[in-house]
Amino acid sequence: MSAVASSLRRIAAMALRHVYLMRKSWPRILELAYYPSMQMILWGFIAKFLATRGSWLAQAPGLLIASVLLWDILFRSQLGVSLTFFEEMYSRNLGHLFVSPLRPYELVSSKLIISLLRTLIGVGGAALLAIPFYHYSIFSMGLPLIAFFANLMMMGWAIGLMVSALVLRWGLGAENLAWALIFAAAPVSGVYYPISVLPGWLRPLALALPSSHVFEGMRAVVLEHQFRVDQLINALVLNCIYLVVGVLVFLAAFHAARKRGLLLHIGE
Amino acid sequence: MFKFKRMTGSALFSIFDGARVDWVQRAGAMLGENGISQAKLGEFAISVESLSKRFGKVLAVDEVSFSVRRGAICALLGGNGAGKTTTLAILLGLLLPSSGRVTVLGEDILQHRYRVLPRMNFTSPYVDLPKRLTVAENLTVYARLYGLTNVRLRLAELAEEMQIGTLMRRPYGTLSAGQRTRAALAKSLLNKPEVLLLDEPTASLDPDMGDRMRALLMNYQKCSRATLLLASHNMLEVERMCDDVIMMRDGKIIDHGTPQVLLARYGRKNLEEVFLDVARHRTFIPAARSVP
Repeated sequence: MSAVASSLRRIAAMALRHVYLMRKSWPRILELAYYPSMQMILWGFIAKFLATRGSWLAQAPGLLIASVLLWDILFRSQLGVSLTFFEEMYSRNLGHLFVSPLRPYELVSSKLIISLLRTLIGVGGAALLAIPFYHYSIFSMGLPLIAFFANLMMMGWAIGLMVSALVLRWGLGAENLAWALIFAAAPVSGVYYPISVLPGWLRPLALALPSSHVFEGMRAVVLEHQFRVDQLINALVLNCIYLVVGVLVFLAAFHAARKRGLLLHIGE
Repeated sequence: MFKFKRMTGSALFSIFDGARVDWVQRAGAMLGENGISQAKLGEFAISVESLSKRFGKVLAVDEVSFSVRRGAICALLGGNGAGKTTTLAILLGLLLPSSGRVTVLGEDILQHRYRVLPRMNFTSPYVDLPKRLTVAENLTVYARLYGLTNVRLRLAELAEEMQIGTLMRRPYGTLSAGQRTRAALAKSLLNKPEVLLLDEPTASLDPDMGDRMRALLMNYQKCSRATLLLASHNMLEVERMCDDVIMMRDGKIIDHGTPQVLLARYGRKNLEEVFLDVARHRTFIPAARSVP
């Protein structure tokens, strides 16, 4: 078996480990879709109400729903990486994993695959529910949706890897970062409002986030029916940087864990 | 009469008893300016040279050197905090040493651990398997990680050998401590390792099951000619299983030899008494004790 085939086999084995976990618990799968659906339903009714009060939202009643669903892509993809990594720590499995031929980058790859799967289940379910509830289909965005989805996934992966690295370094006491860190990006990402609303001093920070370019691009599609390639390129370039930094930080944390002997003792 | 000589500058001992300790002399002879000669590496499954590990101010492993011949069963004995688990973790590449060199199956574990990891395996009470997965699922995942081609067949073999057939469909987290130990041992034998590192391999097993597992491990070693290095507090287990024993205390190798040699040297009836001598700093005095 070639080295690439062996590597793919190991990545698939690690993905299988999480599929086993997911498939034996329907509540787990339902939970993946539950919060995005509730968010979508809540914001859908708010949008419906606001549309009767203002012309801006009346132009595009699906805007808030699209924002909610795209934000959840970012949030869920991040959780998909960090929570599946925490699973290994909760079960004190890292010692076994890293004496097997599994490379750290293979572990990372498997987490990204599972994150994609979890996000598709979670946000996909909510997106489908929006159709009967509000007669709004986020899929009507067409190809730009794929670009937005891919960019938000990448940013979520990068943050998920950084959170995993922090938890590998500081232990499970830092696991709340998985929930907290992503919300720090929310106000400056312009999820529900344009970046121009932010004070001038905060805008450079917003523009340094791939997510802000995605949400600006999404509004351009929904409100102006225009696909902003410049926003897409900005997001993509930033995401490449974020993802490289995320992987490097994770590998550095892994190296530090090997120096400090954490792989054998870290756990519940 | 036994002579016991400590080589200054390293924790390598030479014991001249004319029996099985020739490996120590060979290891000593091979330690040149550049460490263990490549020509002789093939003779040893594991070679450790001047290994140290420091955690802040604590020196967990202090200039340890030893070698384990291919096909031998060797034990690391010592009290809590003696450095056994740290040494095992370094041998597996889970822990980076502060200094020293480790060669496993002819490969430098620090440089090329992925060349040798498919040929090794390990189990320890410090690590666990995912609790919500069944034993079969856990073993399947690890079988694939180790690149096994016929996973079902191997699982069926192990289920029979380890007597875990009835446990295979049960979630790992619902097993008793002893059952978990057997499942973890099954995982450690999945890839038919050439080098098997075992940290307290029969901890939590009742005497009957412990005895069966020891027999199984010895049989595996006999059939496969694998090298086993185990850290254990179970002195009977060590006496029964091991060809060589390395005694550790405070991160250093204090003594080593075959169980018989150690018993004779310390004038004791069993290894537990030898262990207590070492743990309580009752050091060996060559002429003070009669040798049976």
